Amino acid sequence: MTLLEVENLAVSFQTGDGVVRAVRGVSFALEAGRTLGIVGESGSGKTVLTQTLLGLTPGGNVSGKAMFDGADLLQLSQSQLRHIRGAQISVIFQDPLTSLHPLYRVGWQIAEVVRAHDRTISKKQGSERAVELLGRVGIPRPEQRVNDYPHQFSGGMRQRAMIAMALALSPKLIIADEPTTALDATVQAQIIDLLLKLQQESGTALIMITHDLGVVADIADDVMVMYAGRAAEKGAKHDIFYQPHHPYTKGLLESIPNSSAGLNRLRPIPGQPPSLINLPSGCKFHPRCSYVMDRCVTEEPALRHIGHDAVHSSACWLPEAAIGTGAEAEEIRDQTVQEGRMGAAIEVAQAIATSPDVASTEALK
Amino acid sequence: MTSTSEDDVLVRVENLVKYFPVRTPGFVRRTVGQVQAVDGISLTIPRGKTLGLVGETGSGKSTLARCVAGLIPATSGRVTFDGEDITNLSRRRMAPFRRQIQMIFQDPYGSLNPRRRVGAIIGDPFVVHKTATRGERKRKVQELMERVGLNPEHYNRFPTEFSGGQRQRIGVARALALRPKLIICDEPVSALDVSIQAQVLNLLADLQQDYGLSYLFIAHDLEVVRHVSDTVSVMYLGRIAEAGPKEPVYDTHRHPYTAALLSAAPAADPEAAAARQRIILVGDVPSPIDPPSGCRFHPRCPKAQELCAQTEPQLEVKAGDAPTHVTACHFPVEAGENLATAASRR
Repeated sequence: MTLLEVENLAVSFQTGDGVVRAVRGVSFALEAGRTLGIVGESGSGKTVLTQTLLGLTPGGNVSGKAMFDGADLLQLSQSQLRHIRGAQISVIFQDPLTSLHPLYRVGWQIAEVVRAHDRTISKKQGSERAVELLGRVGIPRPEQRVNDYPHQFSGGMRQRAMIAMALALSPKLIIADEPTTALDATVQAQIIDLLLKLQQESGTALIMITHDLGVVADIADDVMVMYAGRAAEKGAKHDIFYQPHHPYTKGLLESIPNSSAGLNRLRPIPGQPPSLINLPSGCKFHPRCSYVMDRCVTEEPALRHIGHDAVHSSACWLPEAAIGTGAEAEEIRDQTVQEGRMGAAIEVAQAIATSPDVASTEALK
Repeated sequence: MTSTSEDDVLVRVENLVKYFPVRTPGFVRRTVGQVQAVDGISLTIPRGKTLGLVGETGSGKSTLARCVAGLIPATSGRVTFDGEDITNLSRRRMAPFRRQIQMIFQDPYGSLNPRRRVGAIIGDPFVVHKTATRGERKRKVQELMERVGLNPEHYNRFPTEFSGGQRQRIGVARALALRPKLIICDEPVSALDVSIQAQVLNLLADLQQDYGLSYLFIAHDLEVVRHVSDTVSVMYLGRIAEAGPKEPVYDTHRHPYTAALLSAAPAADPEAAAARQRIILVGDVPSPIDPPSGCRFHPRCPKAQELCAQTEPQLEVKAGDAPTHVTACHFPVEAGENLATAASRR
């Protein structure tokens, strides 16, 4: 069953410097009980995308459709959204310290979520529910800790409290926005383990926003890679990791230090992510892409179906056969680029090849 | 713990201790405890090599780095740089060493003054140490900018006009200005996006090769540390749990904490992630004000026994290990031993 279907969602903000085009037409569908990982660098629009679904981007110019359980989230009034937020869709934010109110007890804050949606629940019942939830997310001695203030919790415990709050009303969808980024490695492992366990128990769908491909590899079923406000590539986790088509996905995977590859040098993506106010022409990735062709400079490719899997799609002009990291695919890419690079792209390719990041890498090859 | 001869060692830290007093608020400020941030650490940084320092929040890695750089006085212990004792020197006597020890910080936004131009920021070391005249300064700064991959024409720009990765390059240029022998990198890439991280790591590797720099490289990302380091020390609550060349520490580690840390680090490979046996530790890192008795890791350790709560294990070479690989554990992990406690994966 499709729980959430987002169609052509676009969000822009009017600022003093110009229009910031944060999200530029993103579509995806999420089945009940599945996990979608949204990966992208800062400024790729991943957070704006999900916050817009919940009506949390005031001042944004929103268009598109987001069907959740038969209703278009983008058309709902704030009071209707209030019934969905927390109860049907809940959010776990990156920084658990700033998401908890420092002057209220943790248990009170969890009970508040419950009571805000059902006024018939007494304070006592709310508090009992908070104890139960804290126990469920693995806080030791929840009967006592429920009366603690947020500063008495460690970072990992605060994030557990946030998860307890997100679970409070058994939502159908949880959006986790970089939930482990602020945590240490061993605590991150605890939280991911907890999320997996809770999801198995309750069958909640999960959207996991992260910049960490390792977290996605761990937890996601499907992955959407975002770049400059659009999906560059999306598909099942295995296709994205082992059969990437978009050069940006491939570049991301190659730029991670990997002990098994045994390379002395990393292969970074040259250049910087673009400004969302002043986006490049054509494919937004072309100024950093080592496979840039003339077409890329002028025309922005749409997401199209790629490979054998029904959901795998990529927004790139390279032919469908140029998939994966093998030598054969590389040959196809090189050949296509040779034929497709006659005019405008030559200059761009020159600039990429002489940028300090690539130049030193090539020299040592 | 080291078999390298004295000439190869640039920095030697011996039994370094740094406690911070915990005081009551108010006028009297009685001392009621000590934060035992660094509690008896010994390590060496070889010339032209990289020592990686791994550990979680509160393990004391940054405090250790600040003691080595002479930014804060040590409580006890000794730091030798190039054969000379630099522990707790006066400002004047420390000055010549400051030139040789530079730092790169984590936050490329917080570590550059937003109201000063990039040329002035990178040129500061020349002014402070009076090593270049005003006329030479601009040329030298522009050379540095070029060396770290910045456009020298951007000499008069402000830090806000640069992206995170470029700002980190400014930080690198500033650290490089006085041709130091040691650069302490405190989480230099953790604030950067993945694609930019690799750019900065490659730059650091190039500079090491060209200038024979030594790095003390602090990071919580284990794959990054593995990539850059020659030797690795794993810290836990102010002590070293395990240390040695990176291959044995990563591949045949003996301390259960190292095992847990490595198993917890997410790998960007779904099949490896599914196959991996994860060790999920219980609880959080305890407070360094009141560290656990005996082995400081024992309350979270899957192998802990009674002895661990009573006696503190010493760093020593375990049976079958290389003489450079030391572990502080009573019951080290044996090859093939399975400590995994994680929930079953899908």
